[in-house]
Parts: sequence; structure tokens; C-alpha cells
Amino acid sequence: MKREPPQSIADYGPLFFPAGMLLIFFVVPFGTMIAVSFFQRQEGGFYTPAFVFSNYERFLTAFFGGVLGFSLMLAVTVAICCVVLALPFTYLLSRLTRRLQVIWLVGLLSVLSLSEVIIGFAWSTLLSRTAGLSNLLVKIGLLEQPVALFPSFGAVLTGMVYQALPYTILVLYPAIVRLDPTLMEAARTLGSSPIRAFFNVLVPALRNTIMATLIMVFIFALGSYLLPQILGRPQHWTLSVLITDQAIYQSNMPFAAAMAVFLVLVTLGLVALTLLIGRKGEKA
Amino acid sequence: MNWLKRFYFLLIGLFLSLPLIVVAGVSVNAKQTLAFPPQGFSLSWYGEIFTNPEWRSALIASVVLATTSAALAVLIALPLSWFLWRRIAPWANIFQILGIAPFTLPPVITALGLLTFWATTGFYGQPWTAVIGHAIFFVTLPLVTLSLGFSAIDRSFVEAAATMGANDRTIFRTVVLPLILPYLVSGYAFAFVLSLNEYIVAYMTVGFTLETLPIKIFNALRYGYTPTMASVTILFVFTAAVIFSLVAKFGDLPKLLGAMASDES
Repeated sequence: MKREPPQSIADYGPLFFPAGMLLIFFVVPFGTMIAVSFFQRQEGGFYTPAFVFSNYERFLTAFFGGVLGFSLMLAVTVAICCVVLALPFTYLLSRLTRRLQVIWLVGLLSVLSLSEVIIGFAWSTLLSRTAGLSNLLVKIGLLEQPVALFPSFGAVLTGMVYQALPYTILVLYPAIVRLDPTLMEAARTLGSSPIRAFFNVLVPALRNTIMATLIMVFIFALGSYLLPQILGRPQHWTLSVLITDQAIYQSNMPFAAAMAVFLVLVTLGLVALTLLIGRKGEKA
Repeated sequence: MNWLKRFYFLLIGLFLSLPLIVVAGVSVNAKQTLAFPPQGFSLSWYGEIFTNPEWRSALIASVVLATTSAALAVLIALPLSWFLWRRIAPWANIFQILGIAPFTLPPVITALGLLTFWATTGFYGQPWTAVIGHAIFFVTLPLVTLSLGFSAIDRSFVEAAATMGANDRTIFRTVVLPLILPYLVSGYAFAFVLSLNEYIVAYMTVGFTLETLPIKIFNALRYGYTPTMASVTILFVFTAAVIFSLVAKFGDLPKLLGAMASDES
């Protein structure tokens, strides 16, 4: 049976349900959200249809600029930390036996699927005064008495790196597995040390992959909404937290929607950039 | 060199498991304290998940939500990926992109979109809205595993069946379905585990009417600590590990992941 173009309406049959579901429950809600972002907010949490830009004008305040700047800075830092940690790890992982690889992959997937709530809870326990790492440091004698290590910027960063690291490894994994193994062998035969070969051969060969991964992890980190709340102080709140806060607690749907639209634009711009890098990589 | 390698594996392994080890320790405390190393030993906090009515109803809500939404996600993904494999219709690829979009965008966007949608249509807070929300949010996973499954089918099998006079329906049931079943099951498993853990979409759509486990844990985190949170966490990690091990046992995990990432980027 060859692939053929649909000949009758009946041939389109299988498409109706999936297309309908995606249009009604993804495209329409998305459109609703864009529409609401132009609506006028009423006192008491309601909003009325209108076409105003006031929700977008609020972006121009110093507060919003601060939150946006912090969100971007945090996501960039998380992306860089994750790629730096994951690149050598994924390379070493790809050289393990298949059985060991599968065991690591199962573990990574299990951590990756963990709810942000759970990651936040686990790290807040680990960094707490009563059950945390600082107790260990007291025992070794590095600390006088146990202290709480959160809320703090370090805690937010650690939690987010924890959340994004398995993702980073799984994004890098296919590219590194497919990498020609003779590349490294050639470098080793020519007398290069493993570490030198890693930096001088592997990293340049994966330049495009690394760039694309950085952007994907950046987008992933941008979506983090609970860790900054659980592990940080209000000044560590990101755009995602602010959107949730405005939508649920401040009942300002139009402003929340405007921020979400803005976040989509930032994300789409970056996805386009990733695709562009990917295409360039294919040509090269 | 070898010890350096081992040390690095140990370091990453420790980083990934340390929070879970501490939580596992906390979960066996004898009394209601947040202490590590645990004081005393008791498994009663695991029993609490099933005996305490609040935790039990959250557990049931989560399991029902994950079971149904993953099924709905597969029901959306299967005909779509079958159509894209069977027919030449380039414009239909738009639906593949629509299926992958919710998962690629920051989750808060899908959540807010659904919130405005349900609020506008007047269904806000109905438990079934979360099922649809999760199905749309996680449809990416069965969609990606199924496209991979379809692309792995040797078309000459299908041609042979067609030459023998089998129609589309018979071919699907006797040839295609058995071949893609592993991909169908792993797609379902991925969607199921992620739905079980999902917080923001559930919270924004049904957060005030239905308490799923992640929502319950978050509320407990805010309003009062109990070691049950720790035992639920360990139960979740354990469930995920078991499900992914089964996927690895019956399917080709490295291959599955290799294709998933290349499809996403």
C-alpha cells in the first residue's frame, strides 16, 4: 500500500477527532488568551471586552523590567550551568555499556518527570535547618550550628539546575550518541589527552548542538514557576510566577494574559533561532 | 582517568539522588517531625496516603486524571499519526506542530489559555476540564512515540496485505497495530507519569474544586508540614522508576529517547 493523497471526504475521517480536539482546546484557548490580553479590567476581578493596550503598557514599569531581567538572567544561568555539567556527563554516558546506559536513562527520566512541587519540597528539606545538609557540616565541624540555606538565590538556582539537568542530558544524548566515534579515536591516536580531545575535538564538533541545547534549556527554565516561590524570596520571582500570581491571586486576567503573550513571543523567537541554527548545522 | 570518570558519575548521581535520599529518610520518621537522620523508624506515613481520607481522595483524583487524560491523549495522537503516515497531505502536518506546541511552550501559557477558555465558556472548575487540559498538554508524547513507531514500519508488509485484498481496517488491526503497540504503550506511559506529576495546568483549571496529589502537596507545604508529603514523594519516584523500567524492558529506551529529542528540536 503506497502513501497516497486523500481521495474522498471519508479519507479525511481519521483527522476529524484529533484536529477538532487540538483546534477547540488549544488554538481557541490560545486565541481567547490573546483576546483577553486586550480586555479592560474591572474592579473586583472581572473584565469586559475592549481593545486597550493598557495591559501591555504596564510592561514599561521599572518593576516589570526588573522581573523580566531577573527571569532572563536566571534562565541563562541555569542553561549554562546545565550544559557545562551535562556535556561531559552525556559523553561519558554514551560510552557506557548499553545496560548501564538504560539504568541511567530510567533514573534520569524518573527525576525529569518529578513534579516541581516535589522538587521544591525535596530541596527545601535538604536545605532546611532541621533535616538538611547543614547538619552534616556541623558534624564535620565546618559549622557551629545548623542553618537554613533557603530561601536564597543559591537555593533557587540549585533547584532549577536539578530540574533542568536530566532534560539537558536527554536533549544532548541523541546528538552525542550519533557522533562519529572515530573522531575521538583519531585525536587519541595522534597523542591528545582525553581532556584535550574533549575540548578540541568534541566541543567544536558539537557547536551547533550545544547552542541549540542552551536555547532549549533556557526555554525550559523560563517555564519554572514553583521553585522560585518555594526556594526563593519575592525578589526571586520570575515571569511565570508573576503570571500565575496575577491570574489567580490578583484576579487580573488581562494583565496575566498580556504577560503570557509576551512570554510566548520571547519563546517563539528563540525556537525560531534554534531551528535556524539547526538548519545551518545541516548545511555545514 | 578512570577514577576521574567514576568520580564524575558519582557526583552527578549524588546530586540527583541526595534530595530524594533525605526525603526518603524523613518519610520514615516515627513522629511528625521533619528530621534527618530519621528519629525512630515507622512506615505509618506510607499507610497514611491510603488511610487518611484527604490524601486518599487526592491519590484517587490523580490516578483517575492520569489514566483518563493519557488515554485521551493517545486517542488524539493515534488517528493523527496514522493519517500522516498513510496519506500524502503536507498541510496536515500543521496538526503535528499544534500537538507539539503546548509541550514546547512554558507550561504556564497552556494553563492560562485553558483557564481563560473555561472561564469564558462557563465550565471553569469542572473536574473533566482537567482531563482535556492534560490530554492536550501531553499529547506530544504519544504523538512523538507513535510517529517514530509508524516510521519504523516496513511498508512492504502493508503492501503484501493490500495485495492479498485486505482493506485499511483489516490492515490496521492485523499488521499496523501489533507493530506500533510498543510505541503506543510507551506514549501512554510517558503521558501517564507526567500527568501524575503535573501541577500548574491542574491547578489553574480545577485547583479550587479538585485536589490532585501535587496540589495537595503544595497546599501542605504552605499550610503545615506532615511526613506524608515525603512518603507521597517517594511513592511517586518509585512509580515513575517502575514504569520507565517496564518501558525499557519491553521497548528500546535509547532509541525512543534518541528520536524524541531530535523531533523536539
